[in-house]
This record gives sequence, structure tokens and C-alpha cells, in this order.
Amino acid sequence: MGRARTIARRSFLIGSAAIVGGVAFGTYLVKRPINNPLLTDLKDGEATFNAWVKIDADTITLIGPHADKGQGVVSSQAALIAEELDLDFGQFETSFGMPSNAYWNTAFAEEGAPFMATDEGFVAETVRSAIGGVLKVVGMQATGGSTSMADSFDKLRHAGAVARETLKLAASQQSGVAVAQLKTKSGSVILPDGASISYQSLAAAAANIDPVQDVTLRDPSEWRLIGKPMQRLDIVAKSTGTLPFGIDLSVEGMVHASVRTNPRKGGKVLCFDASTAKTMRGVLNVLEIDGGVAVVADNTWRAIQAVNAIEIEWGEGPYPYEMGAHWQELIDTFTSDRLDSKWRDDGDVDAGLAAGSVIEAEYRSPYVAHAPLEPLNAIITVTDAGAVVWSGHQGPRQVQNAISKVTGHATDQVTFHNQYMGGSFGHRIETKHITHAAEIANQMRGTPVKLTYSREEDFAQDYTRQIAMGRAKGTVANGQVDTIDMSIAMPSVLASQSSRAGIPFMGPDASIATGAWNNPYAIPNYRMQAFRAPELAPTSSWRAVGATGAGFIFDGFLDELIHAAGADPMAERIRLMNHDASRTVLETVAEMSSWGSPLKPNQGRGVAFVESFGVPVAEVVEVTATDAGIKIDRVWVACDVGTIVDPINFENNVQGGVVFGLGHAINSEITYADGIAEQTNYHAAEGMRMFQCPEIFVKGLENGHKVRGIGEPPVPPAAPALANAIFAATGVRLREMPFNKFIDFV
Amino acid sequence: MQITVNGQTRDVDIEDDMPLLWVLRDELGITGVKYGCGIAQCGACTVHMDGQAVRSCQVSAASADGADIVTIEGLGTPDALHVLQDAWIEHQVAQCGYCQSGQIMQAATLLDMNPQPTDDDIDAVMSGNLCRCGTYPRIRAAIKTAAIKMQEA
Repeated sequence: MGRARTIARRSFLIGSAAIVGGVAFGTYLVKRPINNPLLTDLKDGEATFNAWVKIDADTITLIGPHADKGQGVVSSQAALIAEELDLDFGQFETSFGMPSNAYWNTAFAEEGAPFMATDEGFVAETVRSAIGGVLKVVGMQATGGSTSMADSFDKLRHAGAVARETLKLAASQQSGVAVAQLKTKSGSVILPDGASISYQSLAAAAANIDPVQDVTLRDPSEWRLIGKPMQRLDIVAKSTGTLPFGIDLSVEGMVHASVRTNPRKGGKVLCFDASTAKTMRGVLNVLEIDGGVAVVADNTWRAIQAVNAIEIEWGEGPYPYEMGAHWQELIDTFTSDRLDSKWRDDGDVDAGLAAGSVIEAEYRSPYVAHAPLEPLNAIITVTDAGAVVWSGHQGPRQVQNAISKVTGHATDQVTFHNQYMGGSFGHRIETKHITHAAEIANQMRGTPVKLTYSREEDFAQDYTRQIAMGRAKGTVANGQVDTIDMSIAMPSVLASQSSRAGIPFMGPDASIATGAWNNPYAIPNYRMQAFRAPELAPTSSWRAVGATGAGFIFDGFLDELIHAAGADPMAERIRLMNHDASRTVLETVAEMSSWGSPLKPNQGRGVAFVESFGVPVAEVVEVTATDAGIKIDRVWVACDVGTIVDPINFENNVQGGVVFGLGHAINSEITYADGIAEQTNYHAAEGMRMFQCPEIFVKGLENGHKVRGIGEPPVPPAAPALANAIFAATGVRLREMPFNKFIDFV
Repeated sequence: MQITVNGQTRDVDIEDDMPLLWVLRDELGITGVKYGCGIAQCGACTVHMDGQAVRSCQVSAASADGADIVTIEGLGTPDALHVLQDAWIEHQVAQCGYCQSGQIMQAATLLDMNPQPTDDDIDAVMSGNLCRCGTYPRIRAAIKTAAIKMQEA
């Protein structure tokens, strides 16, 4: 053990637990990041453990660093720790913890590696491991990519087991009973005579023991919590209006701000006239911020009213002003110099195309806003000593970085209190609103500032899902799909995100092709090329990222070929499937939906299969073509995440993903005119409403080898399954979202 | 101006045209009522005014003067749940939960008017309340459960 390790260990204990007479348990003696200057002379590289469990004389706190956007991960993370620590729901508190590189997200390595999720071979696993090492070194703490359960499943159970065994050791030392004779149950160590010692009463003693690291995780047959229905920890508060979201918080002495920034995203302010705004009731301050203007007032509504009263002349924006130019850029992207990567080249595509009658199609997927129901907001207090921020965010360390850039403080002088989010869908991975709040608070040091975006500002400044275009050719032979030559073009969302962070993106960007190349079909001749368009309007991760566009393009075209071959859409997909768990998913959804059973007049069924984030998902949509338009009657979903942690929450997330996928496919897009998003509020981009919502039947399978997340994977198959069902019912083939541009819905 | 919320009458010194939503949230600190859109498109700000579900972003403070306002906090509490809240918990409706105060307040009006709603009745009354997370199947189920419990009560 070197000096640096000692220092780090001590500072950790002082910072987190020892000063309140408690103890902190952690997991994994990890190698220190190589860029930590304190540790460059540490040959062993082993250092502090990381904190997930904290116990003091009164309270057990379980720290779940993954942010909760509504997917219920506060409960799921706690359940993993509680499983091994023998805690019941109700016996502990939860915390998002503080930003730390200790919480680097192991599971992002899965998505970053250029291998099919179904490829668990040596090379693929080796590359994933190497990427994981890089993520560890940079301390990438973020929630996204459906990684929370994959990242947490082993780590948090291990953290719970370490805590349990250390508490048993403390109890052994106190009682004189051998550890092997001790058990744990419901927050206590149980002695052979039945007497119990609460964890809290053991905390002070346990604080003086080196945590027991040699622990064995329980066999799944012993699980009390995992896989069993559980009541989400937030469900009572969310059903009674008592859960405070970031937008609901108050800080003593707080003022309210709202902003308007250039709707040509990234453009500047040329000049503005705030003379009217300054006379409005409650207005305290008018401030210029980067690309916009802020009003500070004594009430949110007054701030919004006043900022809307400012006359502003906007500068030019950095992307084409009209939608036609955006699409033209994609059309111009199918060239060899913009080839990002050739992801698949199976068989002999050219020979396959030459041998048959070629079917061609072009598909389009639009920009879409995230528009979570809670508008972007943040509370920030800046003083000379540092900054404190309260907001719901997917990337705690990004929040620190954004504020640091504005105020000049070091990132460790920025204290971040993460909050439950009123939705995100990828919106709250961006930091523009954090920067805005910091700019305002930095000009009013000492005063807590709460920034709330108006809904209109939230829409106008949304870094949307990227537009996508697919061009495909294919042939069929002997009643079967024979050849697909597919090219997909879109701007790179990773390049857009990287450019805002000031980092060049080298590529290739797997998200351009995900949903198209990685579906484990054995199509005899299959070429899939991804083309990267230059940056257009800024984009960011939108639930399932590229897979919503590419999955729609791929599965829609596959359905066209299957119909051209005269094959059954379900049977042909099953025949082509080259992966056992994925085939079972298709067979399961066929059985659930009684695929092939008679339909009523004007009814149609469609199936789609898209694998994303390692999760194979098959959905069947059943529609009726009524005189007034398409009615979506029922949806069946089968998917495989390896292990389901909370079956009720799992079903809710899958149903929600289907609603999200269907609703936006029906009616939502963002279009630009004069460089400005034309859709300003939910009336113009509403997603699904109750009257459109079908019955949704869900079955989660557990045949996969790895633990996967379910936040995003249900979204991509929804749009193609709907399009395929509409074709079956009406003969109308929809190749562009939103579908209500071409057909009515009821 | 006097605003009566959840049985308590409070004096407020505000503009006549301040929306009730912001009177509740920023002047009175009642945050169960949510801001979502400001134009009556999402329903997150739904409260009861004299027994009727209203979008509080569209109700001016002046028109709420003297009215009896009930928010989610006045419908029931964690220790004394309204039958709808109990059903919402039983079905674990919420994901992010941001819309659910408005959904529950709207559903309460539905059951007041129509104690045994059909699916079509539920769709007709609840379609003004957006849920971006897509919890609609569970909202339907919870309303039906609550209707049954109210019949039994």
C-alpha cells in the first residue's frame, strides 16, 4: 500500500462517513485512473473502495448513482444492494450520491464495441473489456443507453454482500460468536440464540474494520427481491403529489429566472430592447447570456412574461434554414467519401441483385423533440467559494464541468444534488440549461437562482433526434428473402454531442447503423452501409438513439421483401433468424398474438423485430382501418433482457416504450423554417394520447446470457410494426414518419 | 385577493391575470400542481375549482378569487389516501410521475360524474392529459379499480 492510497482512503472516510460516526462500504478495489496525478507512483494501482452503502447509528443509506428519469432505477438499484444486505424495503433511505469517477459506467462498453450484441466471442469480449478500461479511466458516470441494470447488477449486489459480511464480522467481534454461525435478516445480524443486533448499532464498530472483500454472491434460487414484484420506492409520493422534482424545489432567498435564446440554435444575440420588460412587476434583473437574454424576477410566471416581452434581434444560425436543405444534405450523403462504415457484407449482394427482380425503396425518419413533461430547470447558487446546484440530470460530472466553465471554479468546488426527473428521454444529458443557469447565478453571486424554461423555450432549444434516410434494394427467390443492399444516411449524434463538448469525433458512429446491421438474421446476401452526413441542426440522444430510425428503415424494407416473396411475415422472420434467444422472442410474440388467426374485416397485423442495446424485441401490432382512419387495437411485445429485476416496473417500461414509439411515429416531428423549429408546444407534437392507446401485452424472457436494460429497446420496433400492420390492413406502405402526413388515425 | 385552497383561505397580492397555476406554485408553495405546457395541452396543472377539473394554467387569479380550489394535496395524503391514489399505488401507475397529479385530479372528476365509466368514457375524459412516459394502460386499470372500490364502499 503506498502513501497515495492511504491519503485517498482517509479522505474518503472523512468525507463520507467517519465524521458522523458511521461506516461506508464499497466494492471492487479498482485500479486508480492513470490520469490521477496523486497516484502516478503507485505501482500496484489498488486504491480506495467506492461507496454504495452508508450506515450510521440511525440510518442505512443506499446510494444509487444512476439517475431516475422515471424508469424506476432508484428502486431497482436499491433492490440489488438490499438483496445481498438482507434489507427490506422501508428499512433504508436512498441517495443519488455525489458525482464521482468511482461511479463510472461499466456497461457503456457494450454499446461502444463494434460487434453484434449476440457476438459473445473472444474478440468481441476483449474489445468490450478494453473500452471498459477507457471508460473507467475517464470516470464516465452517466445514465443512458439502457445500461443502468447491466452496470449495476453485479456491482451493487457485491456492494451489499461486502457490507453484510463486514457487519457480521463486527457482530462476531462484539459477541464472540464465530462469523460462520451468524446470519442476517431484515437489517440485523442474527445470533444462534435468535438474538438480533441491528446494523445501525454495529456501525461504529464496523467503521474500524477493513471491509471484507472476499464475498460470494447468492444463487438466484435464494433471491428474495430480484425478479419478484416489488413496490417502487417512489410510487406513494408520485401518487400523492408529494415527490419534489427539481422544478419544485425552493432555496432560501431564491429568485426566479427564465431565458430566451436564439431559436436558430447556436446563434448569437445581435441586440435587444428590454425597456418594457424592466418595467414589469417583479422583474429584478435583465441579463445577457451566451446566445440569449435572461430575466430574473420574484416569480416564475413574471420572469417568463417579462422575457417574452423583450424585443430581440437574433443572429444567424449554423445550419440550413429550411427542411428541404436538410433532406438534400442526406440525399447528397450516399457517396463513398461519406461512408462511415460498412457494417455488413454477407454473401454476394451484387450477384443477388443481378439474379432477381430488384425491389427499391426510400425511407425517412424525422427530427423529433424529447419534450419530457417537466421543462428544463436548475437551481444554482454561485459564491466565490464554489457553486451548488440542484437539478435532475443524466450526467452529474457533465453538470460540474458545465458550471466550472462558466464560473471558473474547479469541478470539485461544484456540489451537485441530483433530483428525480419528470422524464428525459435523453433531453437531460445536455447541459445548455445548466450553463444558462450558471451564467445567471454567476452574475448574481450569493443569490440562489432558479431557472425554468418555458415549454416554448424547451421545444425551441431541444437538441432533437437526428433525421435519417434509408435507401434499399433487394430481391427475393423461391418465396424467400434473398438479398438486401441497404444504405442509411444520417448526421452523427455523437459528433453533434462531441462538438458541444469541444471534442472532435473520429467515428465511425455505430448509432447510424444500429437497428439495421445488428439484427441477427441470416439473410443470404446482406450489405449494410452507414453514411455520415455533416452536422445539421444540433441533435442528441433520443430514446433508443439511431435504432428508431434505422430500425424502422430496416424492418419496414424487410417486410416489403417478405410480402414480395409471398411469405408469411412472421414465419419468414423466424426462418431467417440466426440467434436462439431472438428466435424465441419471435416465436413467443407469435403465440401471444395468435398470429395467423382470422381477422375481422379491415383489420391487419404487422410484426417487427429490432435488437437494440443487446435486447431482442419483437412486437405485433393489430389495427383496424375504420372510415375515419386507423385505429390501433392491440399490441403484443416479447423481449429478452436476460434477467428481470422488477417485473411490474419492467412491464410498465415496456408498455411506455411502445406508447412512445407509436405516438411519435403517428404524429410527431420537428421541422425547420427560417432556421427555427416550427413546433412550439405539444399541440404540434403531442405523441400518443389516451384515446389512441391500444391494449399492450408484455412478456419478458430471460434466456439471454447478460443482464440488459429495458428503457429503450421497446421503442424501435413499434413504428415498423405499426407500418407493417397498416400495410396488411390497407395495402398502403408507409415509408416516412410521422405517418399522419399520409394517413389518418383515430 | 383571497384564494381558498384545500380548505385554507390565503391572502395574496398578485396581478389579476396571473394564472392560478403560478399562484399555487410560486406564491403559495403548493407544488403538487405541475407546469407542463402553459396552454392547456398537457393537463399536468389540473386542479378542482368548485368541484370541476380545470387547467389551472388557464384560470386567472381573478376568476379563482372566492372559488374553492382543491389540489392533489387536498384530495388525499400518503397517510389518508383517496381511493384513486390507492388504486394508482396498487397498479404502480407512475413512471416519472410528473403528469400523475393532473391525471388523478382529472380521474376524480370523471368518477364524480360517472361512477362506472366504460373504456370510451375514460378515453373521452382523460385524453386531455398527456403522459409522455406512456402509462395509459395502467391509468385505465387504476380508474376501473377505483370505480369498483367506490361501488363497494
